[in-house]
Amino acid sequence: MAMHPCTRVMLGLSCLLVALWLVAPTLVVVPMSFNGNKSLAFPPVGFSWQWYENFVSNPEWSTSFFNSLKVALIVAVLATVLGTLAAFGLDRMKARTAGLLRMLLLTPMVVPGVVLAIGIYAVYLDTQLVGTLTGFVLAHTILALPFVLIAVQASLEVFDKRLETAAASLGAGRLATFRTVTLPLIAPGILSGLLFAFATSFDEIIVSLFITNPYLKTLPVQIFSSITRDADPTVAAVGTILLCATTILIGGGLFLMGRERRGNL
Amino acid sequence: MNPNSPTRGAAIDLQNVSKAYGSFRALDGVSLHVEPGEFMTLLGPSGSGKTTTLNVVAGFTEVSSGALQVGGRSVVGVPAHKRNIGVVFQHYALFPHMTVGKNVAYPLSLRGVSKAERERRVAQALDMVKMRDFAHRYPSELSGGQQQRVAFARAIVFDPPLLLMDEPLGALDKKLREWLQLEIKRIHRELGTTFVYVTHDQEEALVLSDRIAVFNKGRIEQVGTGRELYDEPKTLFVGRFIGDSTVLRGQARSDGTSTALDVAGQTVTVPRRLDGSDTPVVLLRPEKLAIRRPGQMADTHNRLSGTIAEAIYLGSGSKYEVRLRDGSSAIVRSGLSEEGFRIDDPVELCFAGQDAKLLADDKSADATLT
Repeated sequence: MAMHPCTRVMLGLSCLLVALWLVAPTLVVVPMSFNGNKSLAFPPVGFSWQWYENFVSNPEWSTSFFNSLKVALIVAVLATVLGTLAAFGLDRMKARTAGLLRMLLLTPMVVPGVVLAIGIYAVYLDTQLVGTLTGFVLAHTILALPFVLIAVQASLEVFDKRLETAAASLGAGRLATFRTVTLPLIAPGILSGLLFAFATSFDEIIVSLFITNPYLKTLPVQIFSSITRDADPTVAAVGTILLCATTILIGGGLFLMGRERRGNL
Repeated sequence: MNPNSPTRGAAIDLQNVSKAYGSFRALDGVSLHVEPGEFMTLLGPSGSGKTTTLNVVAGFTEVSSGALQVGGRSVVGVPAHKRNIGVVFQHYALFPHMTVGKNVAYPLSLRGVSKAERERRVAQALDMVKMRDFAHRYPSELSGGQQQRVAFARAIVFDPPLLLMDEPLGALDKKLREWLQLEIKRIHRELGTTFVYVTHDQEEALVLSDRIAVFNKGRIEQVGTGRELYDEPKTLFVGRFIGDSTVLRGQARSDGTSTALDVAGQTVTVPRRLDGSDTPVVLLRPEKLAIRRPGQMADTHNRLSGTIAEAIYLGSGSKYEVRLRDGSSAIVRSGLSEEGFRIDDPVELCFAGQDAKLLADDKSADATLT
């Protein structure tokens, strides 16, 4: 059906507007990070690399960055292992029991973050986990696990279990079947679960604000406290670095998955 | 794979094997012996237990009771991956993330076969199914028939003494199916392996098999060659499942040696009698029935009147469905040289008493077959 040129222009314009609305707040960070003055005003004045230098040289920033990286990496591995195991367990369970358990495992996604944070904080006070690596890893794993579960379950659903039967008939035991058939075929799901878990932990702020202390701060906590204390454009520099990193990570992931799919078709 | 060795197949022996799911008996006391190197087909309608039997032999399903031997050794409790039995599935079950070559090499890698030997045997197996040029393709790039040939190569590459096939041609169209049937027959001859083939298609069973086991409701009704099952069915179910047939029912009277059946006012006589208290019915094959216009028939005892309900031109002749006076229908085949009939033409059928089979009535056979 042919579209009236006017309609076409209007449609294009409104799409452009929505797209701009979605990405503009994120992109604003980029020019701000090169601000010549110590101010978060937009548009920025002058040009300098000093906020990037500050991010690298100021131990407050670099320490919090490496804290976040450490926590997120451990969480990503832990949540992926647990979430994948849970997905397999639920997959082989009776439908009703599995449904109930699945709901239970997904609650951290549904429950308001603040409520969860208060609960975790109360428990951590008693067990002296506030401001510890263990405390952060445990709390973030709770939050990241549902993402892994959803991603792996989705790929298990489309996985043809009859292939496991076929592998058995060809001489593969359970472990060999998992390694050579099941795992390679659900790997995209596990990988996207891993990425989600990493991202969830890396930019988690609500729970982190509750369980942080001066000895252990993650990057989002550092950003938050810096921006509430003074208008430090280092925040914008950090934001720009993260923007680039996630773009490369997700873009790379999509590229790899696209290549995988072509290989299979 | 050594085609020179005469018989390398394993015998199978099922004794009184049962499998229950709750109160449903999928297998109800099945006993079956398959000779080494034999081509045995398990034939029956869906839910009759033929696939369950195959799964029990493959090790995908554990038996509830009974004894099961493959190659003279009991395999009860032996997991599927340790049975060394090849299986071809209806849904191909090729690994989508591996190339054709990798798929076929898979069972060899698991068995620790060296790379050179692996390549040699993969090439040989792919040659056998005429798929060697496709070794570097992915399964998703192949047609259904090609995928099934690859699956076939994968199931024979590790030299199993027994190959199980679960409706392997079920998803393919008729022409391709007929061609692959001949291929399967050829490979069976070349390998000398025992083949067990599951199908619900009786024509396919007749084309392929040395012997056929007819399944119904979790039991085996009869085991025999195609000819035996067609000519000498032991039950009404077998008679009706294999080939076309006409079943005559009516009030029966037996004297010492023969049985007379009153079919809608016309009496037919069969020189046999049925022992026991079962109600006898008469089963006739289409080629044993002669079809004529009324009054053209020489005087015989066994004559039935009816009208043509359906006329089908087959090329090599015609097939008629004739509605008899009692409302039941008869299937008749006539040669090219014979006179043609049109729908609603009145006709007479006749047959020689000794050509009729006398069997015990089994109303449940009607329900299962329609």
